[in-house]
Amino acid sequence: MISAKVRTLPAVAAAALLWLLAAGHPASAAPPDSAQIVIKDFMFAPNSLTVKAGSTVTWANKDDEPHSVVSDTGLFRSGAVDTDESFSFKFDKPGTYHFTCSIHPRMVGTIVVE
Amino acid sequence: MSNDKLLQSRRNALKCMAYGGAGTLFVLAGGVFTPVDLARAADDKPGTARLGRPLFVQISDTHIGFNKDANPDVNGTLTQTIDIVNAMPVQPALIIHTGDISHLSRPAEFDQAQQMFSRLRITELHTVPGEHDTQDPTVTEYFNRFGKASDNKGYYSFDHAGVHFIALVNVLQFKPGGLGTLGDDQLAWVAADLKGRSSSTPIVVFAHMPLWTIYEPWGWGTGDADQLMEPLRRFGSVTVLNGHIHQIVQKVEGNMTFHTARSTAYPQPVAGEGAGPAPLKVPADQLPGMLGVTSVSVVKHPSSMLMTDTTLA
Repeated sequence: MISAKVRTLPAVAAAALLWLLAAGHPASAAPPDSAQIVIKDFMFAPNSLTVKAGSTVTWANKDDEPHSVVSDTGLFRSGAVDTDESFSFKFDKPGTYHFTCSIHPRMVGTIVVE
Repeated sequence: MSNDKLLQSRRNALKCMAYGGAGTLFVLAGGVFTPVDLARAADDKPGTARLGRPLFVQISDTHIGFNKDANPDVNGTLTQTIDIVNAMPVQPALIIHTGDISHLSRPAEFDQAQQMFSRLRITELHTVPGEHDTQDPTVTEYFNRFGKASDNKGYYSFDHAGVHFIALVNVLQFKPGGLGTLGDDQLAWVAADLKGRSSSTPIVVFAHMPLWTIYEPWGWGTGDADQLMEPLRRFGSVTVLNGHIHQIVQKVEGNMTFHTARSTAYPQPVAGEGAGPAPLKVPADQLPGMLGVTSVSVVKHPSSMLMTDTTLA
């Protein structure tokens, strides 16, 4: 799964990898319009992600503690996402979207939609 | 936070946990906590009687809905807690819950908690929300059930037995990367609420997240708490009670005593141990010694507050 690869890479490299996948790189197994962020050890991994407009981003919680995904502008608010649950949001418009975990507000991340 | 302060708070936490095995009595006299072994205090019945009349009980972090390894039966441990409170020989008039009533802000969790609280012999329950209680997208589940006392603002005050109680909310205005926040409106309300009150009125302030910085990297503090302390400083007895960190940490500063309560659900690690403040799994025989309640009494002569931390062990 792509998420396993992404998790071990620095954010910039992960973003680059996703850009290659989104551009239709032959090694790509994931559809170009979806991406995953894993929540583990009180961190979003990657904590920065670039996707194409129309992409759906899924946050998957792999911690023993619930987390949440809340847009700084109020665009989306997941509610509590418990262990092994996930939350998805479809980004239709280009822009930069900052989000935080409202249970642990030091956890922050950014989605760039191109 | 400096390393010195951090080490100090961690030492305090460890000290409290070391004392806490059988239940610890904190006698507050002249601004200094004196821990007294509960078993010894119990032998001295006249001495215990002098320790004052029970004013209220604090329970915290019940996390109804939690079902992971750290405690698969949070309903069971809350039931034990309620049994301990109901067995107190002199029932205090009221009970306060310092938040995280539910684990995931879900209706069934709140309903279960309310059903369990209804077993308390003490019928006057005052609450503040924790961040686990305000995660539903519309932030209405907590307020629909517990919002009446504050007209849905979350913060309110009341008087009981000559003591002025102030309930505050610091979990609704998180700033990304920051600590809990009270916000300007609430701070202005507190200043107005205290204005004109006699400095000899004992004050009890309670909120979910600690109202002093215990460990900033884990958000164990409130960013604008300093502004809250200004109007409180002139009072001769201020007791600040919080939950959130699932362990006892305390601090005394002038006439102010700060104390965090144990959870009834599961312990959390000491500040900085591990990736974050996740539920701490301990051997089953150690769990009851890490869960419990705090009861607070007023000692009339000299006037002071006395805190008793009791575990489920």
